[in-house]
Amino acid sequence: MKFGVVVFPGSNCDHDTHHALGTVLGRPVDFIWHKSEEVTGFDAIILPGGFAYGDYLRTGAIARFSPVMRAVTKFANSGGLVLGICNGFQVLLESGLLPGAVLRNAGLRFVCRHVYIRVERTDTPFTCAASSGQLLKIPIAHSDGNYFCDDATLRDLERNGQILFRYVSPDGRESPEWNPNGALANIAGIINCGRNVAGLMPHPERAAESLLDSAEGLVILRSMIDTLARRERSTVVAERVPA
Amino acid sequence: MIDTEIRVTPELAAEHGLSADEYARVRQILGRDPNITELGIFSVMWSEHCSYKSSKVHLKRLPTKGPQVVQGPGENAGVVDIGSGWCAAFKIESHNHPSFVEPFQGAATGVGGILRDIFTMGARPIAVLDSLRFGPITEGQGTTPAEVARNRRIVDGVVRGIGYYGNCFGVPTVGGEVAFEPCYSANPLVNALALGVARRDELFFARARGVDNPVIYVGAKTGRDGIHGASLLASAEFTEESQQKRPNVQVGDPFLEKLLLEACLEAMHTGAVVAIQDMGAAGLTCSTCEMASRGSTGIEIDLSLVPQRETGMSPYEIMLSESQERMLLVAERGREDEVLNVFRKWELDAVVIGRVVSGGLLRVLDHGRVVAEIPAHPLAEEGPVYSRPLAPPAKPSHAERLVAFAPEGTDLTANFAKLLAAPAIASKRWIVQQYDHMVRTNTVVAPGAGDAALVRVKEIGRGLALAVDGNGRWCHLDPRLGAMHAVAEAARNVACVGARPIAATNCLNFGNPEKPEIMRQFSEVIDGMAEACRTLGVPITGGNVSFYNETLGHAIYPTPTIGVLGILGDDSLALHMGFRAVGDVILLLDGAGPAVPEMQREFSSSEYARTIHSIVAGTPPAIDLGAEKRLMDALAALAAERLLHSAHDLSDGGLAVAIAESGFASFFATESLGANVSLEGAEPAEWALFGERGARAMVTAPQAALAAIERIAAQYQLGLRTLGTVTQGIFRIEYNGREVVSSPVARLRASWADSLEQALAAR
Repeated sequence: MKFGVVVFPGSNCDHDTHHALGTVLGRPVDFIWHKSEEVTGFDAIILPGGFAYGDYLRTGAIARFSPVMRAVTKFANSGGLVLGICNGFQVLLESGLLPGAVLRNAGLRFVCRHVYIRVERTDTPFTCAASSGQLLKIPIAHSDGNYFCDDATLRDLERNGQILFRYVSPDGRESPEWNPNGALANIAGIINCGRNVAGLMPHPERAAESLLDSAEGLVILRSMIDTLARRERSTVVAERVPA
Repeated sequence: MIDTEIRVTPELAAEHGLSADEYARVRQILGRDPNITELGIFSVMWSEHCSYKSSKVHLKRLPTKGPQVVQGPGENAGVVDIGSGWCAAFKIESHNHPSFVEPFQGAATGVGGILRDIFTMGARPIAVLDSLRFGPITEGQGTTPAEVARNRRIVDGVVRGIGYYGNCFGVPTVGGEVAFEPCYSANPLVNALALGVARRDELFFARARGVDNPVIYVGAKTGRDGIHGASLLASAEFTEESQQKRPNVQVGDPFLEKLLLEACLEAMHTGAVVAIQDMGAAGLTCSTCEMASRGSTGIEIDLSLVPQRETGMSPYEIMLSESQERMLLVAERGREDEVLNVFRKWELDAVVIGRVVSGGLLRVLDHGRVVAEIPAHPLAEEGPVYSRPLAPPAKPSHAERLVAFAPEGTDLTANFAKLLAAPAIASKRWIVQQYDHMVRTNTVVAPGAGDAALVRVKEIGRGLALAVDGNGRWCHLDPRLGAMHAVAEAARNVACVGARPIAATNCLNFGNPEKPEIMRQFSEVIDGMAEACRTLGVPITGGNVSFYNETLGHAIYPTPTIGVLGILGDDSLALHMGFRAVGDVILLLDGAGPAVPEMQREFSSSEYARTIHSIVAGTPPAIDLGAEKRLMDALAALAAERLLHSAHDLSDGGLAVAIAESGFASFFATESLGANVSLEGAEPAEWALFGERGARAMVTAPQAALAAIERIAAQYQLGLRTLGTVTQGIFRIEYNGREVVSSPVARLRASWADSLEQALAAR
């Protein structure tokens, strides 16, 4: 099982993600340079937070054209696990790997603080270690996290169970008051139809150690690890069965 | 464009800010008249901002050495040893004038500049703090609606600028302070402090060595922005025309700086870099002559090789440009490709523009033609030094109006709520939320969660605590005493998160040094600061001086701000300020001793006097530095034994505000904890609740820890009083058996939590 963390020029949560996976969870993890045209040897790829290419245009709008994103798209299309965190989520939206877009925060300001999100689905590789409806105390830090999509897309997301996380109050209620950026339907994170590509605005890697106030984001990374471990086991079983 | 053939006259020198004597000195050093480029170079290097000509004689009195000091003042940043082969580099710097002229870019480039100072040393920046001072953001006390509107605009721009730069660069902005006083209305203060860490054997210094080693320019292209930022903007008073100096403000690009950081650290790792310096104030001029001077060599560069953003720039403009995100480095001859390749990987400009030469000359060529030739050492180090006249301030013509204490038994709840809503005391949430304070996942004590910020150093498991404090109002009333309090408060804040203060950095913000009463304030502040730093064991390792903080002849309060760095041996020992459990005992550790005869005068200098009575008078509280030191040692001992649930020092607003803040900081989800407190004393209740004497900290602990805490308090000869207990829902204080404050916590919290946001968000 090997994780890859993509490094765009301007990524700044790459080290944090590496630390959470490598040091806190003790899993093999390597950086992937943005010019890489192949991502072979990895079982899961994380697009970390930051300001890829400065984000002076629309967030993620330049990053989607980088060589590594062609490789990541190929990796995703062949079933590999891809998680986009914050800026990584924005890049996934721009590349069309996930539906919708993010707008400027409703308050038109950068917001950095802990929020509460509710796990909406547990039948995905990114949430299978969580319990249904579990609340996570987890930080956000962004200017553009106001998720938006058209009505048809929202209906699809709801119908297909693609909404992974919603912003909620500390006791789990959805309300505008506890929506930090104005996101449509309080959406904090979504998954694709193929259920192997997910993105969220909050930072699970920042909620990985109780020394830093919350370790509740770990459940997302642990879900990925569990999923990969299951895949490894099933591969081993498959190999044992003679063709 | 400035014509290179222009003839230099004494009048032109005067226009460049050089006095007749200074110009004579220039001619003496050169043995001839300077040309226009050379005049420009001298004018920036000998500006107040770059040369410290008015402050140098005084700065010598500050203690700068200590067992942990690796590098004191004189380099890009101070460096201290934090153990296990690691060092911390840190420094504070002002960006006041640019932040008034163009708040967003001024503040942004202030952060950018201080970050470069840190990674120039080979250290990766891990935290930024800001000390900010603005004019009032609410009407009243003589502030007009127009001023309020302007001040709010400045606050908004500065906060956005700091966030814009730090958030994108990827360094957490973990703390700082914000104050509001009318004297900062037309001259806000923006002091930015950065902290970085490096292995001790991987530190870099800005000393050019090795004749014929290549000099390499890296980073952003040079443009016409920021020309004379250091000399004309930072080294002169403001006038009505100052807004026209907007072109003198630089423009920041945090993305480029992030690339520059990664590329520089990677280049340093190749082992092929000999020396490096950032191009900050005075740009290419300062970096070339300082590197040459420190290395006792010369440097020769050709400006035609410098990457340029615009065409037709003259040598004068290129040498004086303060375009941001640029570095100058010296590489080992023959290994320049190793360095250049790293910058190529990060897609940054990197060009060999010259070489180290023997003979000590800074020689500037343009297409091979010499356009400036100046001995580097006299230019960088032998600038004018002034022992300017000092004079005490003029005696006030009218008698001081002091606070009259309220009669015994007065209900102080309303005043208390008003005090909590004062911008200086109110929650800074609106500001800190705009800063990414968590990136790099090291922030153990976040903004508002403790008296100081605490970031861990993952590699060694230790914590570094940082606090920055100033107290312009007290320094205005008594510069020497005020400065001592500033140092003591910053160190006490560091101690309140459990850390041991080890070193300091200072930013000295003052008015026009050519005025004897300003210069005397400066001298007094230095003496007070020196004494406090010596007693508390925090040598000054660097910083900067910002003079000419005057607009239309009105000076700011003398405002030294001081950043104190502390070390915590085990990051899991960190103390927070929030109450933790209902039923915990609230205790006061008190080194201040009994009340003083000057009680009324001392109280008149408090935040309470200012907010409730509009009085700024009297004297700052007397200080006992020995008691401050004992309190800090006691807090470190209490933290090490894990006896406390919270710690919070007493400062603005005194005891009552401290208790309330600890309640508010416990805010989890929807509820805060409260307190039931019972005090006794012979002094007026207002003094007991809101007086601001030093050497005190309020701590909470479970009942079972009380005996051990008593033992430690006794060991450090500190008074220990039980004030009450942590409760839920209600905040109540009784004094001599009578209730003086009583309110639901939620109501008090609302006045404290929302006041800044209400003033600033509604624009």
